[in-house]
Amino acid sequence: MKHTISVLLQNKPGVLSRVTGLFSGRGFNIESLSVAETLEPTISCLTLVTRGDEAIIEQITKQLHKLIDVIKVTDISDSEYVEREMVLIRVKAEAQTRAEVLRVIDIFRGKVVDVSPKSYAVEVTGSASKVQAIIDLLKPIGIQEIVRTGTIAMARASKK
Amino acid sequence: MEKISGSQAIIRCLQEEGVKIIFGFPGGAVIDLFDALMDSDITNVLVRHEQGAVHAADGLARVTGEVGVALLTSGPGATNGVTAIATAYMDSIPMVILTGQVPTALIGNDAFQEVDIVGITRPCTKHNYLVKDAKDLVPTLREAFHIARTGRPGPVLVDLPKDIVAKMIDFPEKKPIRMQNYQPTYEPHPGQIEKACKQIIKAKNPVLYVGGGVILSNANEELTELARKLNIPVTMTLMGLGGFPGSDPLSMGMLGMHGSYTANMAVAHSDLLIAVGARFDDRVTGRLDAFAPHATIIHIDIDPTSISKNVKVDIPIVADCKHALIAMNTWFNTASDFNREQVAASHEPWRATIDEWTKKHPMSYLDEGEIIKPQYVIQKLDELTHGNAIITTEVGQNQMWAAQFYKFNKPRQWATSGGLGTMGYGLPAAIGAKMAFPEKTVIDVAGDGSIQMNIQELATAKQYKCPVKVAILNNNYLGMVRQWQELFYNKRYAGTIMEVTPDFVLLAQAYGAVGLRATKKSEVEAVIKEALATDNTVIMDFAIAREECVFPMVPAGKATTEMLLV
Repeated sequence: MKHTISVLLQNKPGVLSRVTGLFSGRGFNIESLSVAETLEPTISCLTLVTRGDEAIIEQITKQLHKLIDVIKVTDISDSEYVEREMVLIRVKAEAQTRAEVLRVIDIFRGKVVDVSPKSYAVEVTGSASKVQAIIDLLKPIGIQEIVRTGTIAMARASKK
Repeated sequence: MEKISGSQAIIRCLQEEGVKIIFGFPGGAVIDLFDALMDSDITNVLVRHEQGAVHAADGLARVTGEVGVALLTSGPGATNGVTAIATAYMDSIPMVILTGQVPTALIGNDAFQEVDIVGITRPCTKHNYLVKDAKDLVPTLREAFHIARTGRPGPVLVDLPKDIVAKMIDFPEKKPIRMQNYQPTYEPHPGQIEKACKQIIKAKNPVLYVGGGVILSNANEELTELARKLNIPVTMTLMGLGGFPGSDPLSMGMLGMHGSYTANMAVAHSDLLIAVGARFDDRVTGRLDAFAPHATIIHIDIDPTSISKNVKVDIPIVADCKHALIAMNTWFNTASDFNREQVAASHEPWRATIDEWTKKHPMSYLDEGEIIKPQYVIQKLDELTHGNAIITTEVGQNQMWAAQFYKFNKPRQWATSGGLGTMGYGLPAAIGAKMAFPEKTVIDVAGDGSIQMNIQELATAKQYKCPVKVAILNNNYLGMVRQWQELFYNKRYAGTIMEVTPDFVLLAQAYGAVGLRATKKSEVEAVIKEALATDNTVIMDFAIAREECVFPMVPAGKATTEMLLV
């Protein structure tokens, strides 16, 4: 099962390699990883997406928590949450496909952020599945380059 | 306040932490630190190889319970220490390793004797630091000691660039350490304790499975109280030996791959397994789905990652072993709705079954007249030291025979590389132990293969008048691997025959130590007696039955009941 785990950690040199080293050393898998500082500049927030059965996810969260520089570990997918990923896609856009590309971008509420005579660079934000969907649609037209941020996520606030 | 140099501040920190002995090897990057050490009352032990320094500090830590300290130089000094750091990490030994580093301006430049030791040791330390600002020196060192000795202990490495330790700084006042992100759980959850105790009352065939955590948390008395009070048989892991008296009738000895028949049968037939400070290592469990298949499992461990890692646990208790056992003993002493004597008596049939297993297959070996059996050597060592010696070991058959045939009745008289299985551990560890307790007999049980991995430390032993005794069980083989080849590889002894082995008696003499040899069973006792009576470092070379195997043996990946017996 896919799990999205949010980790608060000390914003110090080498901390990220402690996390990634843990995953490679113990054979856990990382699907995506994204990290940046929080409101408090000494603390970073890392969101990682991983897969595994219950026992593996339990080990992953415990092992992360055991790292001295890790402050808090939350398996966000335990509850309701929002996730977003951004992708930049350079897609072929020649005379016969330019209009088609724009239509697809519009459907996904994407933005054209760079234009050349033969291509568009497009920015799209959404859940991982939405991002995947636009990639799948643009692929037949001709994707030249692609950069994804990996997922970031936040638990939904209590509705009560 | 008067300013002092960074290196002086570090030494003052070590004194503050109660460090009396450190083991090290100098180099360009740590000359300042060695220089500052000269003006302190800390004994600076010069080893002959950095691996020896870290193992010696580890040996000291295991027998005293204090934090062991080693000081290595940058580059090769630091990398030579890595095997020993990993050894301590796998066995959760509290240590602080100080390494020199090139000046900060040169870091990343591939400077002479530069290596990213913080990067290299990240997966084999509990935590590590590179100090880049002189004002962080003292707080970092204090934090390092705090992390090393609290929670599940472990080695912490502090990398010290040469320019940083040379800076003049104020020595900051000591304050209680508070780390927002590091707060080990010592106290057990009372609800879990009650659940566990009620389960124990219900059990008919309970077994206490005791690991190194009991030694590390000094919980042997509490454990013994619980076992005796409720009449629960006890088995120990390699790391747990001494956590419960080995001569007690409730002791079933070690379990696992080379554990006793009794212990493995008891675990397989138990209806309740109480794991205390143990981690269900593959050498203990054998085939996982056949391990304690009928048992409810209670697991006490201070490290949550150990719980349900290999075996699904029914009643987890995250706590320090000592605190958890105190809570359980208190519960049994105060709970009113059960009869303690009745519970203890209800385990008598189970005890009888266990005694039958021991009668059927006791720990034994075949006597072959004048041929020296290694097990006999260990039994004699036990007898002639009255079970009171500190025993360290190398790794392999020597280690298993020592574990099986020496009766450890007290904690911290046993130092062996359990998790990593590091050959070359025993001699330096023995030196560390002997430096800590000069009045105690310290014996390294070795093989002819592994003793050669750190044999150079004989010089250290001599230089510091450290009369450790080395008992080499010499079969001219790398015996444990040879045993596997005999049993599972059609006796193809690939790379296990030691065609050239030094004359250990002459070798001892070359170092100024004493060398003794026994080639017949009838000579063993005299050699051991002479070694014990000699106020010098002694090597005892025992020419043992060459193809003797360690039994019982659970072949790797088999159920623990599928033992090969003598």
